Amino acid sequence: MVNSDETRNTPPDEPYRTRVLVPSGVLGLGFDREALARGVRMAPDIIAIDGGSTDSGPWYLGTGSSKYSRAVITGEWCELLDARHTAGVPLVIGSAGTCGTDRQVDELVRISREWAVRRAVPLRIATIRSEQRAGTLLERHAGGALSGLSSDAPSNEALARALSECTHIVALAGAEAFTEALATGADVVIAGRATDTALIAALPLARLGADGLGNASAGTGTGTGTAPRTDPADGEAYRLAAGAAWHAAKIAECGALCSTGPGSGVILVDIDRDGFSVRALADEARCTPFTVSAHMLYENADPNVLVEPGGRLDVSRARYRALDERTVRVTGSSWRPDPRYTLKLEGARPLGHQCSSLVLVREPRYVQRIDEWCELLEQRIRADVERHLEVDPDSVTLELRRIGVDATLGALEFERGAPVEVGILLIVTAPDADIALDVARLANPSMLHLPLPDDEAMPSFAFPWSPAETVRGALYGFCLDHVVEVSHPTELLRIHSEWVMP
Amino acid sequence: MKVDDVCTRVRAKNAGPFRLTIDCFCASVGDWQRLLDGLSAERVGQALGAGAGTVTRHELAELRVIKFSLPRPGVQGALGDRDQHGAQWALVIVALNLDVQLVAPG
Repeated sequence: MVNSDETRNTPPDEPYRTRVLVPSGVLGLGFDREALARGVRMAPDIIAIDGGSTDSGPWYLGTGSSKYSRAVITGEWCELLDARHTAGVPLVIGSAGTCGTDRQVDELVRISREWAVRRAVPLRIATIRSEQRAGTLLERHAGGALSGLSSDAPSNEALARALSECTHIVALAGAEAFTEALATGADVVIAGRATDTALIAALPLARLGADGLGNASAGTGTGTGTAPRTDPADGEAYRLAAGAAWHAAKIAECGALCSTGPGSGVILVDIDRDGFSVRALADEARCTPFTVSAHMLYENADPNVLVEPGGRLDVSRARYRALDERTVRVTGSSWRPDPRYTLKLEGARPLGHQCSSLVLVREPRYVQRIDEWCELLEQRIRADVERHLEVDPDSVTLELRRIGVDATLGALEFERGAPVEVGILLIVTAPDADIALDVARLANPSMLHLPLPDDEAMPSFAFPWSPAETVRGALYGFCLDHVVEVSHPTELLRIHSEWVMP
Repeated sequence: MKVDDVCTRVRAKNAGPFRLTIDCFCASVGDWQRLLDGLSAERVGQALGAGAGTVTRHELAELRVIKFSLPRPGVQGALGDRDQHGAQWALVIVALNLDVQLVAPG
């Protein structure tokens, strides 16, 4: 039982150590309860968990919705509030409710308030709201504060239009916002969209102090002081210490994904001025130099550099060493402050309305000639749209995806098998919901009965549902690949704290 | 010889909604070298429809990994996107033939 030793691997400069307990890669994904309890017994300084990402697509931001079940989120968040209460340290979450809009912050605040009342525990809750108004960003855009992250970023005019059309826009908060929220003495910090790493890096960074050297008197838990923007001229010692905090945060942000037991969730990082050590807390999970260093690759376009608000982490000189069979020590990472402080923006706008319909073709003659049949089907539906609907046919997009043939890769599919059956998924995208539904209904008789030219007059294929059509609602698209420059890290963010006194 | 023959795992994943990143893991230095010699950024770009010069290749000798980063073949979730997480594009890379000149023994 390696993990029963709660003091081993403590770095030599203990007073500067910040111990961060990360229960899981994201709230809603589950965690190993025994490992979490073990982590709580190991006296963490803070418990930190991410709550979202763009991973599941633009609909969540477009509608301001959460991807995970409300029941699961409520249950897991209350378990973490219990863990926080036992440990007596702050609990921090970023990117609340997948997309990190204000409404999702409010939802976690509501759950937290109910927990406090139920447990009869006073709770100080700090919130960081990072949703943005299009008008504010349009003004900043006019002043030249927005810049694109890729060479094919839209023109100024197109960007202004995109900003106006977004239903929700969020800015990714950096570590300073969490430091400021923690400085209110918060027991719980609930943030809207933030970088995955900021919530983990914030406390160790705050303890480094503005002078660039560790400040042992910063103590543990809350009361981290104010968080002025760190002076970029702090020197090598600061760059290495901040590099350790950011690198630890990147390694731990997906929970146990940096270990051999990715499903177990729980990770503990000890961050000091010279580096950090990381260990997985579930019995079956091991952190090895390979699993830890390989995690820097994950979801990151450049394996050596991680761009954050206010600077970038450089791990090109990082060294990974096994301390024991489940713990890895990392040193040599460096933080390079950027003279500009920027917040990344995410926005989603409606691109039309969709309706889908699925028909299953099992008849072997049709399965064998599915290309020909799909071509005929599309021609028939297009002709019917032109004949019957009073809309510009070009405003309606039809897709026929052939499940069992090439639905996943489309034109990039390189293999051809002999499927037993093929599912034909019709996706209609139209300017409004009524048109999308009407086109899907218009397609129904052809999807049901369209014969091959040399076949019986009226074959019938299988619809799994009645009604055949599924109204998908609005289609949203991500449309901002930009950052906004700010003069202070929390300038566009709203930080607030409140007491819940049961 | 295919990418599949020299890699233990090929993983594709969104790096945000606009970019895709593909990690190719090799078991041995020899396989890593064969992949390095046989799979250029241009090949990966052609296979996934990325424009010339838009694919970056990172060579990580210690990890025996080669990583490619490129514009996503279509913005995540936009009209026509087939794979929100971008994971299945790895299969296109797995099936590529390596650009190797096979020299007959003797």
